[in-house]
Amino acid sequence: MKTAPPETGAFFARDRIWHPPALTPGYKTSVLRSPQKALISLEGTTTELTGPVFGHNMLGPTDNDLIVNYARPGEMAIGQRILVHGRVLDERGRGVPGVLVEFWQANAGGRYRHKKETYLAAIDPNFGGVGRTITDDEGGYWFKTIQPGAYPWPNGVNDWRPAHIHFSVFGHGFAQRLITQMYFEGDPMIARCPIVRTIPDPQAIEQLIAPLDWNATVPMDMRAYKFDIVLRGRRSTLFENRKEGN
Amino acid sequence: MVQTLAYLKETPSQTAGPYVHIGCTPNFSGISGIFETDLGSGPLANEQARGERITIRGFVYDGLGSPLKDALVEIWQADADGLYNSPAETRGRADPNFFGWGRQPGDMQTGEFVFHTVKPGRTPFRPNDPRLMAPHILFWIVARGINIGLQTRMYFSDEEAANAEDPVLARIEHRQRVRTLIGAREGETVRFDIHLQGENETVFFDM
Ligand SMILES: [Fe+2]
Repeated sequence: MKTAPPETGAFFARDRIWHPPALTPGYKTSVLRSPQKALISLEGTTTELTGPVFGHNMLGPTDNDLIVNYARPGEMAIGQRILVHGRVLDERGRGVPGVLVEFWQANAGGRYRHKKETYLAAIDPNFGGVGRTITDDEGGYWFKTIQPGAYPWPNGVNDWRPAHIHFSVFGHGFAQRLITQMYFEGDPMIARCPIVRTIPDPQAIEQLIAPLDWNATVPMDMRAYKFDIVLRGRRSTLFENRKEGN
Repeated sequence: MVQTLAYLKETPSQTAGPYVHIGCTPNFSGISGIFETDLGSGPLANEQARGERITIRGFVYDGLGSPLKDALVEIWQADADGLYNSPAETRGRADPNFFGWGRQPGDMQTGEFVFHTVKPGRTPFRPNDPRLMAPHILFWIVARGINIGLQTRMYFSDEEAANAEDPVLARIEHRQRVRTLIGAREGETVRFDIHLQGENETVFFDM
């Protein structure tokens, strides 16, 4: 990683209109799990400006290859092979290095490997559904996986999740902490999904849809999807604000 | 026409969903052999770390008072001397035996979460504002039904004087709500329950 001096400027305020609100009755579970009182808003303190660092040395060789990281030796997960790649950027458009990116997903049939999962689609004995990586000096990341399937879920009588991959992202300050989901270009189920629709702004939804990236597609091997992730930006310390009360 | 501002928008949040444990604590969820351990599952400080050992225990309750059994809780805190183990810490180096970040799922049967750590020291409010905050631990809660991670803080019941001058607690207009942020010290244990809704709804922050 580059040895630039650490940034300590305040993070830009989060645009709460761009994110989903806590209470979204179309996603029923949110009704009893959404705080009803206003958030207490203030610019972050030392606690939120700082955050843990994860080193590349914690990664195993197949951490970013879901096709093989749970498979028996010589075997592979069933499904369409894909490469997911992109950059983690901040709101100023700069790549963010050293970001821990964790991802998890259903198998090609739309089934998760989980005790509480009851969907009748088959478990793939060679697919665990989890991986992780750390961004490079330019904020770039990639992993190999299989295209996840859509799956039904108990919300409305007939609600289905579009194919998606869950992402957990650690920036440099805890204020940047983010969990989100990636969808696939051209999927007609995106617009019907009550979880997607917790996001009020259609442009914000588009930010979660990864395009098919033909140039990054590996001939005779796997198609590629590009998914860039944007974390909160921070002000230059040159323009740091005055102390409160001064 | 004016010039264009080239800022990007932050990626919108989506719920962590019911299977967040597959991604964040796979061994806990029964997927072993991919990662050796679940990240953040150990104590936040090893035996050589300075400071007072504490165990934090609590539940996350929904609006009907039922504990969530599928939540994931992360915490972030300073070491016993009030230094963060982060490159953005400019006042010195944190205790090398202290990591500062932890991640725990609620127990699958009861929903209780448990963290083993040391009590943090006091930290300055901001890099340019040396007023001290009271000892506190940042909490971040995600689960099915939570559309964007909820951020709160735990302070300590045995720090009344420091709590009284804490600049963040001072921002809470309805003073009766401050108690929702105070972990109850019972010997080495600190009890800290989080209420997503209701009369005792925890104060959550947008920071
Ligand atoms: Fe999912």
